[in-house]
Amino acid sequence: MTITDPNHTGPSPLKRWRGPLWGLAMAAALGMAWYEGQTGSTRPAAALPAGPGGAFALTASDGTTFTERNLAGRPFAIYFGFTRCPEVCPTSLAKLARLRAKLGSDGARLAIVFVSVDPGHDKPADIGRYVTLFGTPIIGLTGSETQLAQITKAYGVYVAKVPQPGGDYTIDHTAATYLMDANGQFSNLITHDDTDEAALVKLRQLVS
Amino acid sequence: MTRRILLAAACLPLATLAIAAPAHDYAPHRHSTKAIAISDGWARETAPGQVNGGGFLTITNASYQPDRLIGAASPNAAAVQLHTMTMDGGIMRMRQLVDGIPIPANGSVELKPGGMHIMFMGVRAPFRPGGQIKLSLRFAKAGRVDVTLPVRPVGAMGGMDMNHDHH
Repeated sequence: MTITDPNHTGPSPLKRWRGPLWGLAMAAALGMAWYEGQTGSTRPAAALPAGPGGAFALTASDGTTFTERNLAGRPFAIYFGFTRCPEVCPTSLAKLARLRAKLGSDGARLAIVFVSVDPGHDKPADIGRYVTLFGTPIIGLTGSETQLAQITKAYGVYVAKVPQPGGDYTIDHTAATYLMDANGQFSNLITHDDTDEAALVKLRQLVS
Repeated sequence: MTRRILLAAACLPLATLAIAAPAHDYAPHRHSTKAIAISDGWARETAPGQVNGGGFLTITNASYQPDRLIGAASPNAAAVQLHTMTMDGGIMRMRQLVDGIPIPANGSVELKPGGMHIMFMGVRAPFRPGGQIKLSLRFAKAGRVDVTLPVRPVGAMGGMDMNHDHH
């Protein structure tokens, strides 16, 4: 686990290109993280995706087991976060909820999945209540440390518990939404910097 | 009688210093809080069972001296902290600002989504849209400034619209 100081870079003269370039760099970084995650490990037998993704087993908010097979045949947008995150997580989920409404009838085909990577605080029922906040069906999942380590590795998601003064902790985590097609194959990423318009283009590609 | 009028006159400008602040809160601080004004404050809706909530506001310092926001408290939460969020290579990192937030002389600081924010920890009840969250800010020089933050829906980003892109 690496803990680095937050490093804020100033605005670039290539502001116009910052979003796309950053997205590209991000995709490359995540691809590498995914590749490293796969190297030397046994690939899941159920799916052999050409990128982030693959088999997983987690717990749904009603306590039942939820795997990638529950999403078979549906494109899905999956986001990893935690309910104590007051900022980037609600912003990302609210954005998905808002954009799903803009997809029209295709929006209903899309599954939105929220995976809490904070099993220490978030119990399945807590996550179930949390996702109701967004006014659209969202599948809230979590799992044991082992299960979460498996899925975050499969997706190349960075998660690090960071102790806070006073004994509590916060969680640094990848703030991108992974778009997966109906066959469970990686389609695209919605980054935190994507405008609604840019994210909508990616979602339309996914569901059409 | 004259003294009372003078006191009222002295307090009058102070009434504009904070959102929905009872005037008597300012009487003990009337010499020190003059420079700090809070605007555009709001808190984000939380889900039932959600432990933490975010608050956002703009602090304007009209003094020629810099100040520092050093702490906060709220009857609506067990604790209130000052936090910052940064995006670093696609990874979100949230940190407590243990040294507070410097407020430049004759300047302002925005606490807004995607950056610094007020973190309500252990909310007493879910923040529902339309609700009002009380917040006491503590400044190194200006002392205590009380504000009330209206609760906005979870998808709100601040300002008038949802998307704050300037290009």
